[in-house]
Amino acid sequence: MSVFTAVGSVAAESCHLNGDNGCGFPAPSADIFFLEPYATLNIFGMDFTISKAVILVALVATVVIAFFMSAFRSPKLVPGKLQALGEMAYTFVRDQIAREVIGKDGDKFVPFLTSLFFFVWISNLMGVVPGAQFPIMSSLAFPVALTLIVYFTYMFLGFKHQGTKFITDAAFPPGVPKAMYVLLTPLELLQLFVTRPVTQSIRLFANMFAGHLLITTFTVGAWYLLSPSVIGILGSATSFGVTVVLTGFEMFIQGLQAFIFTLLAAVYIGGSIHGEH
Amino acid sequence: MIHILASEAEQQNILRVPLDELIIGTIAFAIVFFMLAKFAFPAINKTLEERADAIEGGLKRAEDSQAEATALLDQYRAQLAEARTEAANIRAQAQAEKTAMIDAAKSEATAAAAAVTERAQAQMEAERAQALTSLRRDVSDLALTLAGKVVGETLSDDARARATVDRFITDLEAQAANK
Repeated sequence: MSVFTAVGSVAAESCHLNGDNGCGFPAPSADIFFLEPYATLNIFGMDFTISKAVILVALVATVVIAFFMSAFRSPKLVPGKLQALGEMAYTFVRDQIAREVIGKDGDKFVPFLTSLFFFVWISNLMGVVPGAQFPIMSSLAFPVALTLIVYFTYMFLGFKHQGTKFITDAAFPPGVPKAMYVLLTPLELLQLFVTRPVTQSIRLFANMFAGHLLITTFTVGAWYLLSPSVIGILGSATSFGVTVVLTGFEMFIQGLQAFIFTLLAAVYIGGSIHGEH
Repeated sequence: MIHILASEAEQQNILRVPLDELIIGTIAFAIVFFMLAKFAFPAINKTLEERADAIEGGLKRAEDSQAEATALLDQYRAQLAEARTEAANIRAQAQAEKTAMIDAAKSEATAAAAAVTERAQAQMEAERAQALTSLRRDVSDLALTLAGKVVGETLSDDARARATVDRFITDLEAQAANK
């Protein structure tokens, strides 16, 4: 029973199943997404809270910039390994998103879409990077910031390419019986101005939020179940195994959500410059 | 862990959007986009285009060589055909010339043979005529001599006597011809 004694001595100090202090399962709540501020900077009369999320955002920006700048510093016709990797990333966004969704004139949005995709993806990836372990996009302000940039981009492009027809075509879709406008027009306008940006940001936020909460729950569960008994060790091991599996699944979701976010941005931009509805 | 334990802290709204994070997020993305669009992507775009050009250029060059080779082959074939036609022409011409030469030689030989025959006949005719004349004179002389011996006087230089003999002989000839 030496294993149980060892586990018991480790487990004695905090909350555990059948622990001495007899506390229940400390289920993680939404509070894990409210980070301790490390410092507060006052710039132009405004308080900027420097938390883990802010530091991670700076890290992500640095990593993305450093990767692409070093990969494409002196590009060769026959690429090296780093350049080939960078090209793969770049042509992925170009071929799978920009050209696929927008078409031939999507090429000039490739830099924007590539920046967006990798910024979002690496931000999401911070949820599983050891030491960071906080998906930046689970803090709603960041998805909202990106969504607003996308929103203003396609609004601007819509007016630039179609003028007021951009709004009127959206409000009164051609080829629809006139009576239907009673129903359609408010919905279409709501969709253009509200639903699109709200869903785009919430989708990313909620996915990262839920994924992180799920992983935390099983991690905490593994720790909580760890107790000097067969049930305790089995339960703890199972919970840990689920954590590992969920982490793998979460990495897939992180990439997928970054892709969807960028794809939607491309769809909206394409709609703005082509005027299809 | 501290957060988990501190769940009884003031309830915060997960849907809150703090302005400072919003601004920081916007700035962070703006910097990423600016740096990449300015310093990273133009270079790679250029390289990708150059590579596409290089590959397409290679294909184009190969196509050009192919076309050139085809053209050359056609040209050689045309030349070969031309040479064959020319050879055939030359052969035909030689054949025609040969035939013509043979014909010419034949006709020449025929003409020459005809000429020889004619000349021989003419000569024979002349010799016959000469022999006839000579014979006639000899006969006439002989007859006059004979007549003179019979008559006892020389008639040989008498023109009248000779004319008489000649007329006689001519009559004989005429009789012979009439028979």
